[in-house]
Amino acid sequence: MAAPAAVLGSADRGARRRRERFFLGLLLLALLIGVASLVTLLVDVLRTGVPRLSLDFLTEFPSRFAERAGAKPALYGSLWIISVCTLFSVPVGIGAAVYLEEYAKPGRLSRLIEVNISNLAGVPSIIYGLLGLAIFVRLFALGRSVLAGGLTLGLLVLPVIVIAGREAIRAVPPSIREAAYALGSTKWQTVSRQVIPAALPGFMTGIILAISRALGETAPLITMGALTFVSFVPSGLLDRFTALPIQIFNWTSRPQSAFQATAAAGIVVLLVVLLTMNAIAILIRNRYERKW
Amino acid sequence: MKTPEIHVERRAAEGTPRVNDVVFRAVDVGVRYGETLAVRGITMDIQAHQITAIIGPSGCGKSTLIRCFNRMNDLIPSASIDGQILYRGHDLYDAAVDPVEVRRRIGMVFQKPNPFPKSIFENIAFGLKINGLDDSVDDRVETALKRAALWDEVKKDLKKPALALSGGQQQRLCIARAIAVQPDVILMDEPCSALDPIATARIEDLMRELQSDYTILIVTHNMQQAARVSDMTAFLTVEVDERDGTRTGLLVEYDKTEKLFTNPSDERTEAYITGRFG
Repeated sequence: MAAPAAVLGSADRGARRRRERFFLGLLLLALLIGVASLVTLLVDVLRTGVPRLSLDFLTEFPSRFAERAGAKPALYGSLWIISVCTLFSVPVGIGAAVYLEEYAKPGRLSRLIEVNISNLAGVPSIIYGLLGLAIFVRLFALGRSVLAGGLTLGLLVLPVIVIAGREAIRAVPPSIREAAYALGSTKWQTVSRQVIPAALPGFMTGIILAISRALGETAPLITMGALTFVSFVPSGLLDRFTALPIQIFNWTSRPQSAFQATAAAGIVVLLVVLLTMNAIAILIRNRYERKW
Repeated sequence: MKTPEIHVERRAAEGTPRVNDVVFRAVDVGVRYGETLAVRGITMDIQAHQITAIIGPSGCGKSTLIRCFNRMNDLIPSASIDGQILYRGHDLYDAAVDPVEVRRRIGMVFQKPNPFPKSIFENIAFGLKINGLDDSVDDRVETALKRAALWDEVKKDLKKPALALSGGQQQRLCIARAIAVQPDVILMDEPCSALDPIATARIEDLMRELQSDYTILIVTHNMQQAARVSDMTAFLTVEVDERDGTRTGLLVEYDKTEKLFTNPSDERTEAYITGRFG
């Protein structure tokens, strides 16, 4: 038998290996650009912001003195509007997703709705601010309130929830539905007791994305007239409010350099809130995660 | 678990008339998907407490046919049915018939085990709950698992996810789930095609066990299985349209299993069972 190495060897092995390494290098570079910029940003924010953080920062109202300014109204405002936003957009979005996947008859109308929902997800957020201003603030006369702000953000994230929800429902194997029907369950029993629970982890993914987006939105809230300097905490749905990103924006636009640290501290608070909410959603998702 | 002897006695005691009960009478049944005729010319009587096998080559519409008997084809928007199927004298496709009620009485076990992604207990309890059998659920779950010969393997941990069971166990769980709601008939669509020979043998034993209480209709591509397990066998073949290539299944022969496998009256049946095609 001939030596296998001689038979299986090839003349251009060196060149081929160099080419492999070159592409691997390119891919690593692409990864590095993304990760490095994120890390730089985080390190910068943390270095500026963390020394400024204290319990007082969370319990104090804004001030024209940078070292005394606190994020209390913005933090509370953000939590208020996110709650309203979630309570509105999750049931409506999942309801719409279930309807479109399980009940809507395929046809021109449902295709039209489908295309429009995808388009809505791409509409610039400031447009939603105008919509909120026209509908919630003026037409429904809710004023520039927590309720109006939360509903505006709710509309903004609705397409995200609907799209992710539909994906989740589509991922439930048809055999599960067949099994339920074959036992004599009605459509509603099949959907509510088998399909929706099985799609829950997928719903959570959409909800995580939606909350993260809503928490960081500034433009629609400013458009609909959220406050930028508040010295009170909202105590009800119809109170006026500010939100963390607006407060951060306000601080960064101050001329005094001390406010840069305050803004960075605000960003850290926003990130912590965001990560906490995502962590809760991921915990729920993992708890219900299923494999088939 | 009851022994087969008791079954024989019981069946004998109840007398022959029950065995001669016609559960299903199919009269010139055909199924269309849109314009395409998938199956045609199915005329057969299915007797109570018998195991009736439907065999035939791939694509002859065996699964399509069996799904007519519990109106599962209703779930496919383009499917429509010609002819008539009577279930104990009632037209199954009458406008007044509720398909949900049909499926409650006519259970089904699928080709691939499809337990719900829940616990073993929940898998059986679901059917009980939706059918209003939610008194003494624990007892009913236990009875169903015993009847499906799964109890001894799972009794220690009913909270275990059903998907953690082996394929054969999952299929027996699906059978337990089907019998828990006390159906009259069980349809089985190639229930062993995803299982190994040992698991297959257990399911076949189980079918014989269940025969005393239920009427069983089984689709199988495995001729030996049909010969081993069934009392009656229907052989379907497939016709290919020369012009457009559409394939239509049709019933060739329906007879006692023994007769069909030893002395078929149609040469197409003979060709199939002797392995000359299919």
